[in-house]
Amino acid sequence: MDINNGTQKTPAEPSRRDILYIATGAAATVAAAGMVWPLISQMNPDASTRALASTEVDLSTIPLGQIVTVKWRGKPVFVRHRTPEEIKAAENVPLADLPDPEPDSKRVQKPEWLVIIGVCTHLGCIPTGKAGEFDGWFCPCHGSTYDVSGRIRSGPAPSNLEVPLYTFLSNTKIKIG
Amino acid sequence: MSGHSQYKPKSGFAQWLERRLPILSFMHDSFVSYPTPKNLNYMWTFGAILSFMLVAQIVTGVVLAMHYTPETTLAFDSVEKIMRDVNWGWALRYMHANGASMFFLAVYIHIFRGMYYGSYKEPREVLWILGVVIFMAMMATGFLGYVLPWGQMSFWAATVITNLFSAIPVVGTSITTWLLGGYSVDNPTLNRFFALHYLLPFIIVAIVALHVWALHVTGQNNPTGVEVKDLKKDTVPFTPYATMKDGYAIGAFLVLYAWMAFFVPNYLGHPDNYIEANPLVTPPHIVPEWYFLPFYAILRAIPNKLLGVIALFLSILIAAALPWLDRSPVKSGSYRPMFRKAYWVFVAVCIGLGYLGAMPAEGVYLWLARIFSFYYFLHYVFILPLIAKYEKPEPLPESIDAAVAAGSASHA
Repeated sequence: MDINNGTQKTPAEPSRRDILYIATGAAATVAAAGMVWPLISQMNPDASTRALASTEVDLSTIPLGQIVTVKWRGKPVFVRHRTPEEIKAAENVPLADLPDPEPDSKRVQKPEWLVIIGVCTHLGCIPTGKAGEFDGWFCPCHGSTYDVSGRIRSGPAPSNLEVPLYTFLSNTKIKIG
Repeated sequence: MSGHSQYKPKSGFAQWLERRLPILSFMHDSFVSYPTPKNLNYMWTFGAILSFMLVAQIVTGVVLAMHYTPETTLAFDSVEKIMRDVNWGWALRYMHANGASMFFLAVYIHIFRGMYYGSYKEPREVLWILGVVIFMAMMATGFLGYVLPWGQMSFWAATVITNLFSAIPVVGTSITTWLLGGYSVDNPTLNRFFALHYLLPFIIVAIVALHVWALHVTGQNNPTGVEVKDLKKDTVPFTPYATMKDGYAIGAFLVLYAWMAFFVPNYLGHPDNYIEANPLVTPPHIVPEWYFLPFYAILRAIPNKLLGVIALFLSILIAAALPWLDRSPVKSGSYRPMFRKAYWVFVAVCIGLGYLGAMPAEGVYLWLARIFSFYYFLHYVFILPLIAKYEKPEPLPESIDAAVAAGSASHA
């Protein structure tokens, strides 16, 4: 016996069952995507890592001409108390000489305090201070040199040393992050 | 390849099992009666050597994991504890660390053997691509494992390699943070690297199973590159012939492995890795393990971060395209005079890149690395297709059997 006898719909006409199939498939897709999200998101920094995301630095202990390294977010941050000559040198560089042109004034809030993340923008090594051709920083791994503004001058690094977000809490105290 | 199974279970239990799960006939067909070309040379024993090394690494790795602590403040000390306090811990660790080197040595011979004898050619393309996938999984595993002892080289290797992803435009930094589980390499990174280093070898086992499956469907290539025509004349059963020969080769390989592990266990290591990881000081000269040096040289040769990273990944992935880059109908390099020369130049370039990867990236080294990197890609995309077009191959033997007969005649 043909159970569809006389009642079978043509394929062009969606049946109630087709709608149920599609709705079930769509709901399952959304549910699967929702389930994947925690699996991806758990890889991002956790609450304890994010809680340690800012650091305060007392500037009064840093003598003129010295660089102090502070650990912030597991990375070194260089705080350099620049001398007037160094400031002048940094400000007088023609922008055309720079692979990643940026005026010194854009990189500092107060000219005597340079605050930069001490991670070479090439492959993440830590450059040594007061070294290299421009007396700024020199990365021993692949030979990138940076100037007293932390700008890339030569070598494979593609961009300037990054300036982190920081604010002056007082004249002698900054908060990084 | 051998057709319908000839296996007849004898004992009552074997007959009972065979009707429910035909695993006995599968093992018999794969490792006993499996027809093996009778002209295979010792280059063909590295598949078995690699299977042995995979098991050796998993066994030594599992027991090391029972003594290791994946926590940044304890990891370095737990490895020193393995070396000093754990019974036979020093031997197990040296076997595992040098085992990685031996594993890569064997895989490179295996790969270059395949390249010389055209093992990537029709009908073995899928077999070859699976091999490239295994090689990449091995590289990932080797890198993840290198990070675990939490020495200076470990820490900075992790930093440099994860920073490669920061070269991706726009989302690079977010991806790097996601991979690290923080803003720099730290405890979450070490935890996940340990979990993945433990997981990946089992995934490699699964891909190796597919690799061997594909091999058993197409049959093995052989030094003439001529396919098997007559099973009776051209092949011998896997057991005892290949089993014994592979066993002998594994024994010889073990002599070298044991010498490395027991007499010069730190020869291929780096002294900086006996200094505990310090996120604030970079070693002056960062170098990867020897088996990554050619690729590291390619990365550094290109004076642009993103392009360098792309070249690094391409230099590995391009091997998967070999079946379509080399269209010569003749498989074996033994019958291809032009290919043979280009092949050895390519081998020399790869070794040269390895040497340059260990040298500082400056001056003449950098320029040589650029020339060699250029030639590396030139070989794949230009030289191989051209040779396939213009080369006049030497006459092929009629069959494997005929080649063997001619060989023994000339020796008589």
